Amino acid sequence: MEKPLLSVRNLTIDIPVGGGTLHAVRGIDFDLNRGETLCIVGESGSGKSLTSLALMGLLGKNIDRSADRMEFDGTELTTASPRTMRALRGARMSMIFQEPMTSLNPAYTIGDQLIEALRLHKPVSREAARARAIELLEKVGITAAASRLSQYPHQLSGGLRQRVMIAMALMCEPELIIADEPTTALDVTIQAQILRLLHDLGQEMNMAMILITHDLGVVARVADKVAVMYAGELVETGSAVDVFNTPLHPYTRGLLRCIPLPGKTARGSTLGTIPGIVPSLVGDIEGCAFRTRCPHALPACQSAIPLQGRPDHAFRCIHEDGKRHDEEAMA
Amino acid sequence: MLTFTLKRLGLAVLVALTVSFISFILLFLAGDPAAALAGETASGEDIEAISRLYGFDRPMLVQYGDWLFSALRGDFGESYYFRLPVASLIFERLGVTMTLGVCGISFALLTAVPLGVAAAIRPNSLIDRVALFLSVAGQAMPSFWFGLILIVLFAITLGWLPPSGASSPMHFIMPTIVLGYYAMPAIMRLTRAGMLDVLSSDYIRTARAKGAPEGRVLFRHALRNAIIPVVSLAAVQMGFMLGGSIVVESIFALHGAGYLAWESIARNDLPTVQALILVFSMFYIVFTFLADVLNAWLDPRMRSS
Amino acid sequence: MVDTSTTDSLLREITGPTPGQMLRKRVFGHQGLLFGGIVLAILLFIAIFAPLLAPHDPYAQSLMTRMQPPVFLGGDWEHPLGTDHLGRDYLSRLIYGARVSLMIGAVAALISGVIGTAMGVAAGYFGGRVDMVVTFLINVRLAMPVVLVALAVVAILGGSLQVVIVVLGLLLWDRFAVVMRASTLQVRGREYVAAARAIGASTPRVILSEIMPNIANNLIVVVTLEMAHAILLEAALSFLGLGVQPPTPSWGLMVSEGKNMMLFEPWMVLIPGAVLFLLVLAINLMGDGLRDVTAPENRS
Repeated sequence: MEKPLLSVRNLTIDIPVGGGTLHAVRGIDFDLNRGETLCIVGESGSGKSLTSLALMGLLGKNIDRSADRMEFDGTELTTASPRTMRALRGARMSMIFQEPMTSLNPAYTIGDQLIEALRLHKPVSREAARARAIELLEKVGITAAASRLSQYPHQLSGGLRQRVMIAMALMCEPELIIADEPTTALDVTIQAQILRLLHDLGQEMNMAMILITHDLGVVARVADKVAVMYAGELVETGSAVDVFNTPLHPYTRGLLRCIPLPGKTARGSTLGTIPGIVPSLVGDIEGCAFRTRCPHALPACQSAIPLQGRPDHAFRCIHEDGKRHDEEAMA
Repeated sequence: MLTFTLKRLGLAVLVALTVSFISFILLFLAGDPAAALAGETASGEDIEAISRLYGFDRPMLVQYGDWLFSALRGDFGESYYFRLPVASLIFERLGVTMTLGVCGISFALLTAVPLGVAAAIRPNSLIDRVALFLSVAGQAMPSFWFGLILIVLFAITLGWLPPSGASSPMHFIMPTIVLGYYAMPAIMRLTRAGMLDVLSSDYIRTARAKGAPEGRVLFRHALRNAIIPVVSLAAVQMGFMLGGSIVVESIFALHGAGYLAWESIARNDLPTVQALILVFSMFYIVFTFLADVLNAWLDPRMRSS
Repeated sequence: MVDTSTTDSLLREITGPTPGQMLRKRVFGHQGLLFGGIVLAILLFIAIFAPLLAPHDPYAQSLMTRMQPPVFLGGDWEHPLGTDHLGRDYLSRLIYGARVSLMIGAVAALISGVIGTAMGVAAGYFGGRVDMVVTFLINVRLAMPVVLVALAVVAILGGSLQVVIVVLGLLLWDRFAVVMRASTLQVRGREYVAAARAIGASTPRVILSEIMPNIANNLIVVVTLEMAHAILLEAALSFLGLGVQPPTPSWGLMVSEGKNMMLFEPWMVLIPGAVLFLLVLAINLMGDGLRDVTAPENRS
């Protein structure tokens, strides 16, 4: 079996806050192969975005990041020098952010910013970089690409700006692209277009992609692998097919009940909700963080929870099958 | 952009006219120019004669109109004291004041912007504290006192610099520091606040995600945006500084326009004072106008709208 | 970047201190505010009780004991800070000088505060033409060189304490107008203002009971800044010989009088200037501190 492009073990992110330490990400593991798309799913505050920033080495100075392993194509990111990280960022691993409206520098033209992305890493002429920028703008579906280069970000709509961000991330043909809720800030109709575009480009260029989202509908369409994140932990990981067909963690099933699936959700039936709130992650957390909202919680859920299942479909619950059959029997 | 410039120009002209009117009536209502002109020993008849000769007995608006149209042609009347045309008197002195103003604002910018940037890069660090201390002290420092301290220290005690006069570049060092330090705190604070704001923005994160080296992130991506409001402030400060040069010029005996203003006020030389108020106002108006236009040009969002 | 607002605010609600406790903690935790407040309180006390505190009459000349050095330069305790060129007790003049400075600062800030606040609130509340006129007037005022105009007018009217106060008060309203206009604009759109209008409250009532209380914190900050500004300007005018006239004990005037003796007796310049610096510093620190502790982002 080939070596994964990205391998993460026990990634932990702590943020010092007023009353102690916020354990935002608590020891997560995952592998990603070339050309694969991994979707990290979870609610706001579950640690998804921090995970992506940690991979890029873009966390704030006051945030502590540690990991047993965070290896990108043979380079250990936890011990990499700032110079090494800089050489990787934008060149071999790129990121697309959630807020297209504010993620482009208002003082420079689209062309300047696209050209910079390439010329920071490759010794090419401005003209060559410009040609590459036009090529990519066309690829992400922007018409009249050449004339867009001289425009400023404020002259473009949100959807167009996100396309520009995608083109910018692709300038150096990265092997890994991390997209952090790339469509949340956009209109619903544009969301689908942008996601399809990202997915198609990823396939075409054989890029690995980490797509961070809270929208399971998105996941169903594009993911090879799914990682479900809850309160800083991955509660279930597996292939998209497995996780969607046989969701093992009660939280995953709760999430799935919240979305209408074409052909599966009967017209007129009510969609599910998960009662309760996410617990505070300040201070020490013992046991299963989901137990306060879980219909199957037992006193034993307060102690450490083992990782169960196969390596290609694991989940974190004390129940052997996460009580999946009970729920199915009830339904 | 052109509409903006024209609108802004119209406003500048209107402000200039209003200032000229206010400064005219302010001084005219305040004293009897004929009496001042005639001197203390003059009789009532002498004063009346002078009043008629100079046209002080006409309605004030007529006198203002007369004065304004002459002023537009560059004729500010004759100085009561020197018996010379005010325009040439002021023109002669402006060189010193302008030199001082340019040196002062350059000094302020060259210290305030790097300090503000350094402070913003490392908030609460030693350099941030030093910058904060300098700005807090600068805002509370009476500039005449600061000037005297510098004279005691560098001219009298150490003997490194000449205490007064304007005959060599050395003479401008202390006045530049005093005048520049007056403008420094505000510029530094704005640079620091702007940089802090910009450094936490999404597009700076984008620049880092692209793999831009830190220096490029700070100066090309961050400072370029943070400097836009600083340009306006520097222009405003430059205008204030020229108006405030009266204090500095008096301490260091720099015979510029500010010194002339001080002397003329003490001598009751109304035409000169009036003209100087107008000239200093015009400087402020021109600088802020230029800054607004420059600002619009620096900020693409304003340039295209 | 970190989306934990829900959990955080919940946690704070349960365990956090009350708003009153937090305000007290912020006030006493703010070094600048604390320092500024204490220094200002001391100087205010000195100004009010000047007749009791001053060891000598600040106007009493004594040609026999002229230019005596302060204690730390070899003088005696009869005149702890020495005497000036007319033999007047320096400490007593400094103490009475605090009265002049604080009075000028307070009254000038009051006058300009009333003018500027009225203009700013009117502009912000009514908008339209009123706003246009006020904005224009602010532009005109900013274009006038304040030191020069103040000097000229004070010189013509004759430099007395009252004239200086009124002239400064009539000149320094610009920042009040700018800040109050912006603050009113912000508050005007809020729901409670709309609600007050909806139940038929009159315009003066809306302004006085809905707008003013909500912009008062900004007003206090500007008051302190303009007090400091007025004090510095008075000192500069008096220093130039065209402000408060001798023999009034003004700190600016004392620096000016000491300037002639600067070569041999630098303390005559250093002492009054240092006190002036300290007062303005204290007021500014208090203003900055008040802005910090009342800033909306610091309130939960």
